[in-house]
Amino acid sequence: MKRLIQFFVFGAMGMLMLARLGSPDLQVGAASRAAPPQPDAPAPNPKSYTETIPGTQVKFDMVAIPGGEFLMGSPPGEANRKDDEGPQHPVQIRPFWMGKYEVTWDEFDLFWRTKPGQKEDKEPDEPKNADAVTRPTPPYADETFKKGREGHPVLGITWHAAMQYCRWLSVKTGKQYRLPTEAEWEYACRAGTKTAYFFGDDPQKLGDYAWFADNADEKTYKVGSKKPNPWGLYDIYGNVSEWCIDRYKKDAYAGFPRDKVTLSPVLLPDLKRYPHVVRGGSWGDEAKDCRSATRFASERDWLRQDPQRPQSIWWMTDGDFVGFRLVRAVAEQDNLKKFRSRITLQSPDE
Amino acid sequence: MSKPSTRPNSATRRDFLKSSAVAAGAAVATQLSLPSVHAAGSDVIKVGVIGCGGRGSGAAEDVLRSAKGVTIHALGDVFKFRVDGARNHLDRLAKSDKIKELGNTVDVDGRCFVGLDAYKQVIDSGANYIILATTPGFRPTHLEAAVAAGKNIFTEKPVAVDGPGIRKVCAAYEEAQKKGLHIAAGTQRRHQAPYLETIKRIHDGAIGDLVGGQFYWNQNILWEHISELSKHPEHKAEITGDVALQIYNWYNYTWLCGDHIVEQHVHNLDVMNWAFGTHPVSAVGMGFRTRTDPNYGHIYDFFAIDFEMPKGIHTLSMCRQISNCANKIGERLVGTKGMCDVDQYTINGKRVAQREKISPYVQEHTDLIESIRTGKPLNELKNVAESTLTAIMGRMSAYTGKKVTWEQALNSQEDLMPKELTLDMSKPVDPVAIPGKTKFV
Repeated sequence: MKRLIQFFVFGAMGMLMLARLGSPDLQVGAASRAAPPQPDAPAPNPKSYTETIPGTQVKFDMVAIPGGEFLMGSPPGEANRKDDEGPQHPVQIRPFWMGKYEVTWDEFDLFWRTKPGQKEDKEPDEPKNADAVTRPTPPYADETFKKGREGHPVLGITWHAAMQYCRWLSVKTGKQYRLPTEAEWEYACRAGTKTAYFFGDDPQKLGDYAWFADNADEKTYKVGSKKPNPWGLYDIYGNVSEWCIDRYKKDAYAGFPRDKVTLSPVLLPDLKRYPHVVRGGSWGDEAKDCRSATRFASERDWLRQDPQRPQSIWWMTDGDFVGFRLVRAVAEQDNLKKFRSRITLQSPDE
Repeated sequence: MSKPSTRPNSATRRDFLKSSAVAAGAAVATQLSLPSVHAAGSDVIKVGVIGCGGRGSGAAEDVLRSAKGVTIHALGDVFKFRVDGARNHLDRLAKSDKIKELGNTVDVDGRCFVGLDAYKQVIDSGANYIILATTPGFRPTHLEAAVAAGKNIFTEKPVAVDGPGIRKVCAAYEEAQKKGLHIAAGTQRRHQAPYLETIKRIHDGAIGDLVGGQFYWNQNILWEHISELSKHPEHKAEITGDVALQIYNWYNYTWLCGDHIVEQHVHNLDVMNWAFGTHPVSAVGMGFRTRTDPNYGHIYDFFAIDFEMPKGIHTLSMCRQISNCANKIGERLVGTKGMCDVDQYTINGKRVAQREKISPYVQEHTDLIESIRTGKPLNELKNVAESTLTAIMGRMSAYTGKKVTWEQALNSQEDLMPKELTLDMSKPVDPVAIPGKTKFV
């Protein structure tokens, strides 16, 4: 099979580096680098905004995230660290916007609920209107898992469903929304911090910021009901864990240089259904699994109660802890410009 | 910081999966060392699959994952494209590491059968383990034939759609008991560890005597396949008449599906009967449909049933398949000492069991194969027949508007299966039942 795995390496792509940011208080890490990257066409400095999904009253907020550098992964001494969190390596991230909240059912339902898709739907490479984007088939059972709908984060959906929602939303709005890369996610989550959590190393404080195993009572909560991270992102830990665009690879970080910065890394998925990267921990995870560097991999077991074959490419019968958050690049990196999910009913599991 | 291990911690679940897979492998190895009792002189489970749609393909995969010494031996379906689809899926699966590790195989060359009589050919193919996964309307006939041929059976739920069908299944149950056959049913909650634990506690008196309960399957509208047909010339070529078309779109016709109260809500009603240890004595139900698209046949959108259990206890059942409404699926039991949300595994708000680590759809085959290999009796046909009739009784009451008793439902003369069925015969879609006008037969 054609391998689509690519690393987007800074050294080869220096021309894509962006201008320094205008707000120094938000700039991360760059000052410590000996040779700052050369800018090409400057990207506009992003400003936070609110989007209204066209034709509806439903709104969502996008927070401007400054470009900058950070050390991705956790240091060997961090408590409860797992092997897949290292080695730490420097990463450069270009400016983007990120959803202030996890995507809610209010938003996601617009995509599929009035007119669900059908099993064998196909879609064009460049859909002219949002109706041409394939959408979830009707789920068997209650897709909310009794965890609440209005204002609650969407959950129990596959990586493919999250990708297709972004595609639908992009056609709807004319703006390119997508899932965050794993690097973007960790960069935004850390918000300039280097500790296990963005508020430090003490897990006792996690309850101020997150719904997780100790305080969630196995439920989700309306998004934004805890304190945000320093960059204004809510529920980045807990509530639901969040899909990233990357394929999961346990030793992915071993592929990056430790002595020079990598620009916008992403491990592009292939045609297989699993594993993809999931971040942030959920209502069901303990504090040790809600750290900034914690990585999860999706797996077939998250659909173990789907009795049909082929199994759904949209709904996960046992994945009631995974949702997602949107991002939008200020200037999209080349290898994500045309990237889309190619998963179909015929796609192999792993 | 850390809480009791009764929480469905996702990370914990992930960790458990690995260890439980090892444990399951060990258990299977132990079983294999035991002498074969009922597998017809061979340790090999030779699976014949009758009904090769999504569920039949799924059940075939599940049995391949459930134990060692399993081979898929024969496939049958009304439609060739379904057999081809299942075969493609299984051939690919057979190459996966997991199936190779178990030493299981797919060997169906020359044993792929098509048509309304394919079930007979599968039963006669030399298979010793029959999976029944066609649309429910055919199940009584298939059960009768498989039991007559002395096969061990995994049967999907529901097992009938009408009274005559249930009577056939009850007769098959008695005959299977006499022959010592092993039969498991696709009411998989009875093979799901946390359900088993929760119901055990109820039977042990955790909430005292049961005095009521509520049972729900409220979800979005499900599917119809007619509007997709134009995209599938290979499907269309096999749709030769009304019956073929309705089998293709089976969910939407009561004679094939039983209506969704029978096809899906049977799961919750099975939990009701399981918990109470008996079935209702009568039902008063209501329902109707708001959908008007003829592709959705004539089934109802929603039912609400008041079941009368023995000792004058009443339970409420609701099932709805309309989009953009409040959804809820699950079972609540009410006792003299509190309440149990069975699907949440909670008793008086306290969780009593963790989520399962092994798919219950795999576990039900593991349990059936273990019973075959050890000779331990297992015959779930009576339970699933009673749960199916519970749902049928509710539907009958809603369709007619009348109170329907267990005996009336069981002895109903309404045989929904057309006589001398052929795929190309004329069969107009049945009219929508009208409460107060539709007669109980």
